[in-house]
Amino acid sequence: MDRFLQTFFNPVVMAQYTPDIIAGVWVTLQIAAAVIVAGILGGLALACLRSYRIRALNFFIICYADIFRALPPLVVILILYFGFPSIGIQLSGPMVLFIVLAATLAAFAEEIFWAGFSSVEKGQWEAGIATGLGFTRTLAYVALPQAVRLAIPPLVNRVLAITKMTALGSAIGVSEILSSATTAQSFSGSATPLTMSVVAYLVIFLPMVVVARWLESRTAWKKR
Amino acid sequence: MDIFIDQFFNIEIMRKSLPLLLTGLWMTLQLCSAVILLGLIGGLFVALGNMSERRWLRFISIAYTDLFRALPPLVLLIFIYAGLPFAGINISPFAAVVIAFLLNNSSYYAEVYRAGLISVAKGQWEAAQSTGLSPTQTLIHVVLPQAMRNVLPDLLSNTVEVVKLTSLASVISLSELLYNAGMARSVTYNASPLVLAALFYLVLLWPLVRLVSHFQRRLAA
Amino acid sequence: MANRPMLEIVSLEKRFGPNTILKKIDLKVAEGELVFVIGPSGSGKSTMLRCCNRLEEPTSGDIIVDGRNIMAGTRRDLDRMRLQIGMVFQGFHLYPHMTVLKNVTLAQRKALKRTKAEADARAIDMLEQVGMAHKADAYPGELSGGQQQRVAIARSLALDPKVMLFDEPTSALDPELVGSVLKVMKDLKSKGMTMVVVSHEMGFARETADRVVFMDGGVVVEQGTPDEIFGAPKAERTRAFLSRVSG
Repeated sequence: MDRFLQTFFNPVVMAQYTPDIIAGVWVTLQIAAAVIVAGILGGLALACLRSYRIRALNFFIICYADIFRALPPLVVILILYFGFPSIGIQLSGPMVLFIVLAATLAAFAEEIFWAGFSSVEKGQWEAGIATGLGFTRTLAYVALPQAVRLAIPPLVNRVLAITKMTALGSAIGVSEILSSATTAQSFSGSATPLTMSVVAYLVIFLPMVVVARWLESRTAWKKR
Repeated sequence: MDIFIDQFFNIEIMRKSLPLLLTGLWMTLQLCSAVILLGLIGGLFVALGNMSERRWLRFISIAYTDLFRALPPLVLLIFIYAGLPFAGINISPFAAVVIAFLLNNSSYYAEVYRAGLISVAKGQWEAAQSTGLSPTQTLIHVVLPQAMRNVLPDLLSNTVEVVKLTSLASVISLSELLYNAGMARSVTYNASPLVLAALFYLVLLWPLVRLVSHFQRRLAA
Repeated sequence: MANRPMLEIVSLEKRFGPNTILKKIDLKVAEGELVFVIGPSGSGKSTMLRCCNRLEEPTSGDIIVDGRNIMAGTRRDLDRMRLQIGMVFQGFHLYPHMTVLKNVTLAQRKALKRTKAEADARAIDMLEQVGMAHKADAYPGELSGGQQQRVAIARSLALDPKVMLFDEPTSALDPELVGSVLKVMKDLKSKGMTMVVVSHEMGFARETADRVVFMDGGVVVEQGTPDEIFGAPKAERTRAFLSRVSG
């Protein structure tokens, strides 16, 4: 038991590497926040555009959403990070991570918002249009608020899943929590920094899980 | 434009790296079947624990799902692969991947099952048991089939996520599809093998993604 | 002046693929007139109504509201014209995420560009007219079907329409709630509103309508005063339909 504690909860190692882990937490939080904002707004914009039912445009939106839902983000990250420099586009690790995760979230968010739009009753659109609001204002004031309400629980789950992927940054040298921890682990020869990273992630994401669970139970309740 | 095609869609390099990628694909498929199968079974037990009448069992299963929903799978994988040897436990990369993703996935599958089980009307339990079926028989023959049908899109989209997840095994040098593609890239200094791997994933997953959207639309209508 | 046409439907045709739903319909509705449209389901009466504000796009023909053709002009012209054509749906279609007051003020503010004070005052007036002012802060989900339909009527009236279209306004209501909605419609008629009503409430038609139109198979079979249509229908199809509904 003692050895176990020494290996995974060594106080000396903890004290030494806490600043590094905290620095990693900041990087993770900043990238996560940027991904959430850009991904949700991007997905919402795409879903709104899609509701105009312009055939050529919708073809591209659907292809985009399908591809980014089907591709593992790590594959895209590696292509951008290792492939783009040879065609003269240098992107930093954090930038690549941000672009790929935001694009992935946008793809999922588009589908979620679109499902929300599709389940707004046809009569709601007709009521808006019959009262002279026109398509765009009916979209903005009548359909959108109802779609967003439906979208929130699945969206929270998806946001959670994708912000967790900031850990993928460790594969391309972004100094977020996980790579700070693995670096510290190899310097210190102790597993303690890994434990610290686990704790750091739990501190960040456990509240989000609880919120997601609460939102789900609330909507499940309303359906009955 | 030429340089773009040369760097990302170089047919010659793709052809040379194809055998390596196919071995990787085979490993990916093995990983997928292990993780999906174990995840489906593990998830069912967690979900049943969640619906149990015993408080402590409910508590444990909720704590389990929340814990593994909060931890990034890569962190879990690194912790198991790089951390456990410190405690004198050495495991193969394959085992590490299966264990890490089993923990992660069973909690996701459990949530899907739970939603499905809740969706089946209570009268179904009562009706089945009044005809003399045991609780287990009721679960297997009456409730689960309905529950699975009700959450088919979620079950499917979760399975897509599992397949995508296996690409993380490349980080601990397990030679699956992405790892081998990365190897081929570093040997050729050309991103085409990675693009080819992406195409493999697309071929594998695009039909499933379409199917998910199709089901969701049908349920919404 | 009393005979000035407020709504004119001119050789209106509507096809869905190979099916012709409306076959060259002509109908004039005078200012202040209440025209009641009856007919079996599938006769095209709802489609005709929905063509009048182009919720359903006519295949050909003209819709003229107070002398202006809504088939001509740009999309923005159309939205402006729609403000003058009130529509009441079978399913109410109140916005569930807004209070009753908000439901009634939304188009006033966003389409008519009224100020909040103007729109609120107008909304309260209209809600009073339909007897719903006391529920201004409620959400649609908290109201009965009859109450929701009265709010929907107020929502249309607040835009000062020149003509009101009613698409089976009481068909989705429990029988005991039908009366309150019909009463509101009757008040409206007595205030001189031009109305076209598609409905099965024959008693209401007899009592309130100026003219009854019988449609079947996408054409107007016959029309006349309620006494003429209900008392002495000329066409065989009208007689068959009326004997079926009166049971």
